[in-house]
Amino acid sequence: MSEQNSSETESPTVAKNNTVDALVAALIFVFGVVITIEAWRLGARWTSDGPGAGYFPFYIGLITIIASVGIFYQSVFGKSRDTGPFVNRVEAVRVLSVLLPATLYVLVVVFLGLYVASAIYIAGFMIFLGKYPPVKSIVLSVIIAAVFFVMFEVWFKVPLYKGTLEPLHFLGY
Amino acid sequence: MTELSALVHGFGVILTPMNFGLMLVGIILGVVIGVLPGLGGANGVAILLPLTFTMSPTSAIVMLSCIYWGALFGGAITSVLFNIPGEPWSVATTFDGYPMAQKGLAGQALTAAFTSSFVGALVAVVMITFLAPLVAKFALKFGAPEYFAVYLLTFCSFVGMGKGSPFKILVSMALGFALAAVGMDTITGQLRMTFGLTELMRGFDFLIAVIGLFGIGEILLSMEEGLQFSGKKARINAKVVWETWKELPRYWVTSVRSALVGIWMGITPGGATPASFMSYGLAKKMSKNGPKFGTGEIEGVIAPETAAHAAGTSALLPMLALGIPGSPTAAVLLGGLLIWGLQPGPLLFVEQKDFVWGLIASMYLGNVVGLIVVLTTVPLFASILRIPFSIIAPVIIVICAIGAYTVHSAMLDVWFMLGFGVVGYVFKKLDYPLAPMVLALVLGDKAEDSFRQSMLVSQGDALIMWSNPLVGSITTLALIMLLWPLISKLLAAIRAPKAEQFPEEQPVD
Repeated sequence: MSEQNSSETESPTVAKNNTVDALVAALIFVFGVVITIEAWRLGARWTSDGPGAGYFPFYIGLITIIASVGIFYQSVFGKSRDTGPFVNRVEAVRVLSVLLPATLYVLVVVFLGLYVASAIYIAGFMIFLGKYPPVKSIVLSVIIAAVFFVMFEVWFKVPLYKGTLEPLHFLGY
Repeated sequence: MTELSALVHGFGVILTPMNFGLMLVGIILGVVIGVLPGLGGANGVAILLPLTFTMSPTSAIVMLSCIYWGALFGGAITSVLFNIPGEPWSVATTFDGYPMAQKGLAGQALTAAFTSSFVGALVAVVMITFLAPLVAKFALKFGAPEYFAVYLLTFCSFVGMGKGSPFKILVSMALGFALAAVGMDTITGQLRMTFGLTELMRGFDFLIAVIGLFGIGEILLSMEEGLQFSGKKARINAKVVWETWKELPRYWVTSVRSALVGIWMGITPGGATPASFMSYGLAKKMSKNGPKFGTGEIEGVIAPETAAHAAGTSALLPMLALGIPGSPTAAVLLGGLLIWGLQPGPLLFVEQKDFVWGLIASMYLGNVVGLIVVLTTVPLFASILRIPFSIIAPVIIVICAIGAYTVHSAMLDVWFMLGFGVVGYVFKKLDYPLAPMVLALVLGDKAEDSFRQSMLVSQGDALIMWSNPLVGSITTLALIMLLWPLISKLLAAIRAPKAEQFPEEQPVD
């Protein structure tokens, strides 16, 4: 692994740790504000029959806001802020090469159902990222999907999502 | 000695061929889960949980807890042979385990790791056997304020004992609580935080969060490094095992110390991962071989493994006795109890004797079986890692998606899982702890209920948290834990003013 890493360190940095840190803190701040406002709307105060529905979330929202301000301060002005690379370009491409197909996969599941989409996804992953021969990839992915099918539908009797188009309708499950 | 007779009864409950078979299946599945990157104790159990809905609670918990033991054992295999920690708690095992494997001592390292895991777990189970009923009996007297104080202590301990920014620990926790609040309010029946989306009425299930945070997040992290597994071969035969076993008693001090560290970190929600690091650090400081640590010292394998397994096991004590899990995996098991219709907490020891003692008996038996299974089948499991990552990664993502879907048979959950995966990846990279978020998600409703009930009793007076010595001392302890990062800074400033001499040169960490 060490030889591999030496070439990776030269890859340009996409984002610094403290930049991402500050960005995430800002997002969390917004989240905290939303919770606090929503909790206030629900009734964060004492109602006629005890604490209102927003009583507890209100304080949670406040904690979120205070802590996110703290993180933001530490990441922007803190002495020990970490200016190391969050990801370099090679790493970012690798992560996206898993994340984007995974998102696409979930989208396809909505239409084709878990089994068909999974077979396509595994085969695609093997062909494009693993550089396997297509025939081998397709055969293996179909076998894996079939194993899942037998395990869930037949053995455990836990029906999985078949998709809005129900391509496996002919199997009778 | 009522505990012993209860334990014998427990053995009677689980020693059926069916349960024994489930135990074996659980251990083997657990080791596989522990070996695979992206699947760990917490999300492995979460994914398999829906499959146990039709089993009896005792059989289900026997299988699921055995998956947990298996995962604890399995993490060591990848650490020693591949220098890749299969689980976060086996990171410290790589420090000396992998150098040992490089020297051709993989068999010895693995035997030492498995045996110390076993010893750590055994010490912890003995402790649970005798302590859990006492804690449960004590906790029967708890009212709402006491419960809230214990919840407070649980979460404040994260701040007090965690490393890194206390703000990040707080955020992680608060996010968990906020997500737990989504959906129907249990007391007023109002819809909260749904923003008009009916799909959100169900709320965020923590199982989805666990699968996403630990499963997808872990895959993304592994992918970043562009994993190319290059492993060492392990040959374990009876002779190697025997030789290593003869050597192990010499390090009994390390074992005892590590087991104690593990038990402490497991009961308080420190968890197995910090326990293993702490125990490794202590062993390095206190052993006469300390300077050689990192070059393949067997003691450097014993210390983290004993502690990790002891912590992983003791995390079940507060889960059983109080209904407050000590680790994410214990939290998932607790979720299981609720689904099987059992109410976790002190009453479990009174009303569900078969279940509790069956579980405790299965801890003894499961670890013995686990030790035998891993010692005899290591090469088989190591070969799983020789399957290329480009096949394993999509299959694990598919398994996670299936696991997320089966929880409520809802597609929206699969999207949430993906979202949690991204959050898990970013949070891990930025050193946000994930365990407080998961625990807050699980305990959110109960913590809130006990808080509101306490406030109802006192009509909004926070002083109820100091209304009697018991609740007062727990609350005070919690607040000390919460403020510990500040207190320790103050103490350091008072005690060692001379350390400030070269402030510019001091590494800031």
